[in-house]
Amino acid sequence: MSDMYRDLILEHHRYPHNFGTLDPHDVSQEEHNPLCGDRIRLDLRIVDNKITEVAFSGKGCAVSQAAASMLTDELIGMDLDQVRQYGKAELLDLIGLPLDKNPVRLKCALLSLKALKVGVYRYLGQNITTDELD
Amino acid sequence: MIKAPFDVATIRSQFPILQLPSELPVAFLDSASSSQKPEAVISALADYYRTTNANVHRGVYQLSEQATFEFERARGLVALLINATHHREVIFTRNTTEAINLVAHAWGGSNLRAGDVILLTQMEHHSNIVPWQLIAQRTGAVLRAIPIDSQGRLVLDDIDTLLQGVKMLAITHQSNVLGTINPIAELTRKAHAVGALILVDGAQSVPHMPVDVQALDIDFLAFSGHKMVGPTGVGVLWGRKALLDAMPPFLGGGSMIKTVTIESSTYADVPARFEAGTPMIGEAIALGAAVTYLMDIGMANIAAYEHQLSAYLIERLDEVPEVTWYGPPVGADRGAMAAFSMTGVHPHDIAQILDGEGVAVRAGHHCTQPLHVALDVPSSVRASCYLYTNTHDIDRLVRGLSKVKQLFG
Repeated sequence: MSDMYRDLILEHHRYPHNFGTLDPHDVSQEEHNPLCGDRIRLDLRIVDNKITEVAFSGKGCAVSQAAASMLTDELIGMDLDQVRQYGKAELLDLIGLPLDKNPVRLKCALLSLKALKVGVYRYLGQNITTDELD
Repeated sequence: MIKAPFDVATIRSQFPILQLPSELPVAFLDSASSSQKPEAVISALADYYRTTNANVHRGVYQLSEQATFEFERARGLVALLINATHHREVIFTRNTTEAINLVAHAWGGSNLRAGDVILLTQMEHHSNIVPWQLIAQRTGAVLRAIPIDSQGRLVLDDIDTLLQGVKMLAITHQSNVLGTINPIAELTRKAHAVGALILVDGAQSVPHMPVDVQALDIDFLAFSGHKMVGPTGVGVLWGRKALLDAMPPFLGGGSMIKTVTIESSTYADVPARFEAGTPMIGEAIALGAAVTYLMDIGMANIAAYEHQLSAYLIERLDEVPEVTWYGPPVGADRGAMAAFSMTGVHPHDIAQILDGEGVAVRAGHHCTQPLHVALDVPSSVRASCYLYTNTHDIDRLVRGLSKVKQLFG
């Protein structure tokens, strides 16, 4: 399963993009995985329903941190409707990991997406359904 | 260099999962989580369903009589393993967790008062913390924990102070992370001296060493079948007969009653009082086969072999400078397991890369969040051994760790 540690993942793990925090911010959402203690905080600045700036911080395995790094690159310029459309399939495509048969590591990969979804729905004053996080 | 009191190769040949044809046979180092099963246990389970299947303690027909006989024989074997004074002191539960919940609710619910203290330790598994929290919330009892030192041993300097007001000391015999084996006999004396009872979580000790409830003089012992080469779904609560006799039921239903009217019931004697509903008959019988298997090899022999494995594991881990392992140094009070961290690499990544090399270890907090807070690490990797583990498994672990260094170095 060393496929999981392709150069791209290791590169993002070593040199994460958009690492840090935003102050002030419009969205700041922290999520953690109680199974392994991984933690991701995602900060967003939003102008006219569009994400203009993004930063993440946290601690965790290479998969969770690299996925967050790659996701933040995608988010800049995305509007909130697009965020609502953006799901697990898109993220797995983005990071290019075959995690369908690996439910434990899937949770690592999806941690930043969860922070994004929960944070944006909260910003919009809407409730998120658990389906959307599965 | 390691000379087992039994033939490890023969032992391994008795475990079908270790014989699976594969280009990459598994180096199974997660026995502390759940052990593998020998053919004798697997066939005992299957044979029950093939030849003896019927409900127990009910039918007058032959199959039911035979099932009841086998089920009760398993109880007797468990009693023999832990040197219980009477087989009626052995209650079958689902697992260690359910056994502890039983005591917390049945004993705690009728004996704990507001302000009473339940004393735990910082190294407890969540299963020996959360049930006590639940009963503390109901009764107003309070929780306290014995701290650990930097070597993962209990700090007992202030034990007399810590024991003030204590009604129950609930403590693990062997830590599932540090491998620390706690001085149970000594702590039992101290607990009894202040009128407290002691419940021992034996999930990590009963499978690996001789545990004699009379010699230890403890009050309750909880353990799981699946960690001691038995099946999942069956565990044991042992308790002193006088204490069990005085406890109200935990779960209500069939089998646990004497008489029932719509308004009220009278309850059966122990152990039936605590075994509501149709029990895990096949699993209990297979646990009996597991006990027979272990006792034929000898618990003292298993402990002696694992002691050598423990020393070898630590010696090999010490060859990897990036590794920090937790728990006491090799000695009589350390079991054959090691939780460790590696500089700059998350435990999940370590476990994943090891999996790619055919080495099965666990990564996470191993259901011991308070302990990991004390160790000041969010999680760790744990390699744990059993009687079928050989030095080759440990060598493969260490080779796998070189691969981790290569990738993350």
